[in-house]
Amino acid sequence: MSASALLRLQSLGKRFGPFWAVRGVSFALAAGEILGFLGPNGAGKSTTMKMAAGFLPPSEGRAEVCGADVAGDPLAARRSIGYLPEGAPLYGDMTPSALLDFVAAIRRIDRRRRRRRKEWAAESLDLKKVWRRPIDSLSKGYKRRVGLAQALLHDPQLLILDEPTDGLDPNQKHEVRRLLTGMAAGKAIVISTHFLEEVTAICTRAAVIAEGRLLADKSPAALFGGEPPERVFRRLTLEQPTGPPVPAGAAQPSPANTGKDRKYR
Amino acid sequence: MRNALIVARRELLSSFTSPLAYIFLCLFLALAAALTFYLGGFFARGQADLEAFFAFHPWLYLLLIPALSMRLWAEERKTGSFEFLMTLPIATAEAVAGKFLAAWIFAGIALLLTGPIWATVIWLGAPDNGAIAAAYLGSWLMAGAFLALGSLASALSRNQVVAFVLAAALGFLFLMSGLEVVQGLLRGFVPGEVAGFVAGLSLLTRFEPLSQGALLVSDLAYFALVIVSSLILTVLTVDMKRAS
Repeated sequence: MSASALLRLQSLGKRFGPFWAVRGVSFALAAGEILGFLGPNGAGKSTTMKMAAGFLPPSEGRAEVCGADVAGDPLAARRSIGYLPEGAPLYGDMTPSALLDFVAAIRRIDRRRRRRRKEWAAESLDLKKVWRRPIDSLSKGYKRRVGLAQALLHDPQLLILDEPTDGLDPNQKHEVRRLLTGMAAGKAIVISTHFLEEVTAICTRAAVIAEGRLLADKSPAALFGGEPPERVFRRLTLEQPTGPPVPAGAAQPSPANTGKDRKYR
Repeated sequence: MRNALIVARRELLSSFTSPLAYIFLCLFLALAAALTFYLGGFFARGQADLEAFFAFHPWLYLLLIPALSMRLWAEERKTGSFEFLMTLPIATAEAVAGKFLAAWIFAGIALLLTGPIWATVIWLGAPDNGAIAAAYLGSWLMAGAFLALGSLASALSRNQVVAFVLAAALGFLFLMSGLEVVQGLLRGFVPGEVAGFVAGLSLLTRFEPLSQGALLVSDLAYFALVIVSSLILTVLTVDMKRAS
């Protein structure tokens, strides 16, 4: 693992009751890298990202963001992260402009920089048309872009984006991918996605997770090796050992109890 | 503390975009006036004070404050914005304090809107305005205690109806422990000192001197204790719910 890693996960694991949703996930990400996080639904992608973003405390292992332990110093870690949760849940009664003001205030962005960053976000993510409309009234694609805007507002060193292009039309996807590629030089970016072409298009690394275990972490070229990505994905994720739910302490997590789609009661 | 104020501002502005806020204000004012003038016999008493007005506040709050507090956390978790908020660089305690503060300020606005009742008393006679101001402060503190209990209830459930019922039940327990009927029952099972201690925990017992304008440090400390301890429990509950 690189010493200058902006994100470092060490044997990260999350247990819900008796079942492990994620176990033994380790990787490090340096500036300039874009990691595509792949896996079937319920594989543990979102749970891993929630732990890295400081939302879920890990049951074991450690996550480190820009040198700060996410569990030990969560506020320092969160200052360096731009996080887009799955489904981009935001305050629906606010307008994009008001939401960005709220985020900027929490992130201590001064007025001048706030104005500049808001203009940049409105321009880059094509939000001007909906700038003063309540977020609840926006389409799924716009909501996703507002979610991206709040994640990018403070120009973070680490971006953790859970399905950032879900709900976007092909043109919007292209724009978001261009935006991410353009800003990747000084940042580390993790994106989870079900679009395999996204990984080959913009990612410098591809990690595959299934049943809570990291199965592969290579460059897209090395992972897919000229084969159709779908075939490689199916081979990797379907050929994993399956069986009844495994209780805590055992080696394999249960696919039925992974963190995806879990409601936080 | 700065983050708590930022959250409070957002919450307060947000509460005025919801019809619930206006329904709450209308209902509070209508019930307060109806209870004061009809059930409380405001004119029949022939006294220039607001005792008939403040006497009903514990019961008004028992009914209405849970409607204000139920959405504090339950709604965040239901819509998923909980994850958005809790991944910003803000401590759980700041978020809890901010949300509570917004709801408490809102309750204060509702109280301020009853000002015409005070004006009526001044117009009709010569009331002890210091005592009335103290009673207003006591009422606002009691609203804070109900809200803090409601915040805890809202953190315990993602369902707003459950949060409402739980907040009302908690408030009811805190009110009832001071009633004579409960005290009579308690004295049959426990020593008088214990029953007296339980009575001392009652919002009703503590509010009574305040409603008559007597500002006692012990009563102020009691309300502060209920508010702070309920908010600490809310912080622990929010963190526990996040981890589970």
